Order: sequence, then C-alpha cells, then structure tokens
Amino acid sequence: MVKLLYFARLREALGTSEEEIAVPDGVTDIQRLMAWLAQRGGAWQEEFTGCRPLRAAVNQELVGNTSGFHDGDEIAFFPPVTGG
Amino acid sequence: MVRVQLEDFDAGAEITRLRLARPDTGAVAAFIGQVRDLNEGAEISGMTLEHYPGMTEKALEAIVDQARQRWNIFDALVIHRIGALKPLDQIVLVVVSGAHRGEAFSACEFIMDYLKTEAPFWKKERTETGDRWVDARSSDDTAKQRWTENQ
Repeated sequence: MVKLLYFARLREALGTSEEEIAVPDGVTDIQRLMAWLAQRGGAWQEEFTGCRPLRAAVNQELVGNTSGFHDGDEIAFFPPVTGG
Repeated sequence: MVRVQLEDFDAGAEITRLRLARPDTGAVAAFIGQVRDLNEGAEISGMTLEHYPGMTEKALEAIVDQARQRWNIFDALVIHRIGALKPLDQIVLVVVSGAHRGEAFSACEFIMDYLKTEAPFWKKERTETGDRWVDARSSDDTAKQRWTENQ
C-alpha cells in the first residue's frame, strides 16, 4: 500500500485529495505510477499523460520521474509551486 | 527558523529580534512579499494559499540550511502565511542576520528564489470572472538558476 496525495489545481481536477492504494507489481517508479493512474481515464488520463507540468514528492522530498518508491511511502503529485 | 501560519506577522518585531540576538551582528537584510490587487491583467480581490503540511516546513528548513552552508550568516527566519489573504496582506517574510551586508543580502535573495520554486505552496486568485490557480512563472526558475551558475 502507498498513500497518494494530490494538491491545488490537480486535487480539484481529480476531485480527491488523498487515497491509500495497492499498486500492481511492476509499478515501481513515479513514471510508471503516473501511467498507471492515467489508465483510470477522464481527468486522470488528462492530468497524468504529461500535457500539463506536474511535480512529484516521495516522503515529502521532491523527486524526478524516474525515482522509485516502496511500500508504505507517501507519494504526492502537484502542479509547479507558486508561493512567495 | 521557519514558520507556516494563518496569522499575520509583525516584521518589525521579528527584525528586531534577530538584530539584537548577538552583539557581533552588523547587518540584517529583510524581504516582505505582499498580495497585489492586479495580476496578469486582472483585478484581484483576494487569494487562498494552499500548502503541503509537513513537506512545506521541511522544504523551507532545507532551503535555510543551504543558505547557511553557502554564506557566513548568523541566523535566518522565514515566515510564510497560508489561507485566505487580500490585497496588501503580507504573504512572506525572510530575515537574515550576519556580520556584513553582502552575505545577508545574498542569503536573503537566495532563500526567496528557492522558496519560489521548491516550497510547496499554491496560490488561487479571486478575480471578477471567477477563481483561478496561479501558473508558475519561468522567470522564477531563471532566478533560481543563476545561483547554480554562480557557484
């Protein structure tokens, strides 16, 4: 199981802020996770197929798309940040 | 020190605290960011700041640590507000103290440039035609980039 979090515009587009979910074997990095989530279709496909820029964090650290993750990790997806 | 809070802050009091913390302090640099009533050609009546609790604090601490490693500064403070804000409200305060102005100025600017691109905050603006999420600006990436080029 991993915990997935969605923030800001992405959270609104997907209509959810978090979920705990078991991912299939083989879904071991951010890129593959995004492709797997895109298969849900609709807004998920739109948001996770790379048309709009997305950032990812594993256990609250920014990571690149080829970064891996493990069971029990907290994985967050969000648009580029706009604070300050 | 890093604080993420709903409440407003007293910039003067924070600056004074860092200024008086040690008698070998010769310089205190500070930056305040505030809400404008205009953005991308539209009038802004307010905004909401969302963040990622937990990661926000860690990201800000990491940025302050980097600044401390890079420059010989005494202390650095970051206060960033979240929640509902209106034009002229303060959003962010960065205060850096040190022996001399050069390092305090640079560290203050570095912290803001990294905060803009790495700290998980998102702004949603209220305009006459509805609410809209603010898009990230490429000029913020460019501003951050120069710190790696200058190294």
